[in-house]
Amino acid sequence: MELLLLREMRCVNLEKKWVFKKLFASREISLLLVLVILCMFFQYRNSSFLSVQTIIDMLKNYSTTMVLSLGMMCVLLIGGIDISIGSTVAFSGMCSALLMRDGILSSTFLSFAVSILIGLTCGFIIGLVITKGKVLPIITTLGFMNIIRGITYLVSNSQWVSAYQIPESFKKFAQESYLTYGQINNMIAITAVCYIIFFIIMKWTRLGRKIYAIGSNPEAALISGIKINRVRLFVYSLMGALCGLAGALWVSVYASAQGDMATGIEMDVIASCVLGGVSLSGGRGSVVGVFLGGLTMAIISKALPLIGISAYWQSMIKGAVIILAIIMNVVTQRVIAKNHQKLREA
Amino acid sequence: MTTKTVRIIDATKKKSLKQFLLRWESFLILIFILVNIMNSIISTNYLSVSGLFLATSSFVEKAFIALPMAYVLILGEIDISVGSTVALSAVILSISYNAGIPMGICIIICLLIGALCGFINGFILTKFTELAPMIVTLGTMILYRGIAEAILESNASGGLNSVSWFSKLYWGTIGPVPYMLIIFIIMAIIFGVVLHKTTFGRRLYAIGSNRIMAAYAGIHVQGTRLFVYTLTGTFSAVTAIFLAARMGSSRSNIALGYEMEAISMVVLGGISSAGGKGNFPGTVIAIFIVGFLRYGLGLINVHSQVMSVVIGALLIIAVMLPNIKPQKVLH
Repeated sequence: MELLLLREMRCVNLEKKWVFKKLFASREISLLLVLVILCMFFQYRNSSFLSVQTIIDMLKNYSTTMVLSLGMMCVLLIGGIDISIGSTVAFSGMCSALLMRDGILSSTFLSFAVSILIGLTCGFIIGLVITKGKVLPIITTLGFMNIIRGITYLVSNSQWVSAYQIPESFKKFAQESYLTYGQINNMIAITAVCYIIFFIIMKWTRLGRKIYAIGSNPEAALISGIKINRVRLFVYSLMGALCGLAGALWVSVYASAQGDMATGIEMDVIASCVLGGVSLSGGRGSVVGVFLGGLTMAIISKALPLIGISAYWQSMIKGAVIILAIIMNVVTQRVIAKNHQKLREA
Repeated sequence: MTTKTVRIIDATKKKSLKQFLLRWESFLILIFILVNIMNSIISTNYLSVSGLFLATSSFVEKAFIALPMAYVLILGEIDISVGSTVALSAVILSISYNAGIPMGICIIICLLIGALCGFINGFILTKFTELAPMIVTLGTMILYRGIAEAILESNASGGLNSVSWFSKLYWGTIGPVPYMLIIFIIMAIIFGVVLHKTTFGRRLYAIGSNRIMAAYAGIHVQGTRLFVYTLTGTFSAVTAIFLAARMGSSRSNIALGYEMEAISMVVLGGISSAGGKGNFPGTVIAIFIVGFLRYGLGLINVHSQVMSVVIGALLIIAVMLPNIKPQKVLH
């Protein structure tokens, strides 16, 4: 980490040309550039793309994925992975929807709290199995993906909770904007708050730095006195809590809860993280990058139908974009490494 | 890059490791017997020769992916694009048949497409070694399924059953034994022998336990990886052929989640996804455990969701058990 910092400082001092090079080499800037080009292209093809309504719709529908990306970023930063999130989203959303259907919960706030609590519990159990049971994250979450999804169907008896069974106030939550006194839609406001909190935590708190430290070098982190397992447990619980939040948001947006909701969302979430420059081997990635990555994914899935590309082509294009993006990432990393070497040799 | 400690295998450790492996397999066999006892209690018709062979055809088609997946996991890697490869090659198989190409050539095309899909995975991973296999195969998983969707949209492409020998691939039997099971057992034996008795197999373990060391030892690491990924793609296409033979048609949404089932089977068989550990007989037993468990639960109309809970729990408990108190299991 510090070595990198030193290198960067040296780059700034050396030549002015370097500033530009560094700027282009920076993950966030290049992603922003791609984003702007994408937007310009879509705007050129369909002039209704860059309207306030489209953007709000897009953010609203993608808010669940974007919230989950934050948790996934932390999980990836510590070198883990969580593919059970789709199931946890469904389970927590379904539980709160069932409680609302049976009239046990009526307040929107309480429903959210219950959903988050259930998600937190799921995440905590997963974290326990990973840290205490010493099972690899991919295997643990693969198992829990099946288990939690199965339990979701069991608690709901394979039935839906339909729109008329969910209280009016809860459904309206996704449409109204009372959290910010009528400024921004509630969903977007919650997403924004999450991003701001995470930005602060990851950048300026000890916890955030610990997460980065564990990801870059777990042994060094252990030697320097970080309680690795406690942080890992915390990160998986946090992921679970965010799944709970996303579950409640999901039920609110779609005004219904099904057993198969959020299937495959883990792939979208991991893809946004990776597009945003989070490394799967841990230790690298930033909140800003994840935000831009999520935005890119949102724009791709929202804009393709707008410019008249058949829905059947969407996942093909998405897959191609992901692969191209990660390859581009490697290529730029190599160029940076080469330049650094030249710099050292000079 | 995960740092791997150098393994020092001295005589005593080797012995205890052997014991452990022995125990692991006997544990698997125990589960297997338990599953079969449970099944025969559940259904009186279960313990008949034809019934048992019938049961195998419900899962053997998926098990073809698990064979090369074991190699991939021994390398310490993962391939989650196999389900999409199955869908894509099955779709290509049926559209090329409907375009008037004879079935024999269609099958070759299907295998080639599968091999190509695997080759692309391997090519990207070996050209850009910094990339994690998880993320590359995640991308190709979306891409391959996407191509299948773009080709067939939401339609099905059928008519494959009109070639009688083709549907016999799945349904045909010699006596009570399905062709598919025979092919599977031959394949499993070949895979097992190659893994445990040839230099290629030793190379896989070497790369899995320490890739850098393996490269210094003169093993062609990237070539081996490329080959294993291509093999995985090819065997996904084999699964696609049997799946198409069963259904007589293909859609773009077939084989959803096969990657997870294949990985579960392999991991339950004792192959660590961290690489370099595990053996083949365990995997084959695990394939039959998962298959018979699903079949047996299906007999008493247990919901497929309960099944996924049971299999998920089995996976986690099986992997966790040796980890909780390692001293007790090792000695």
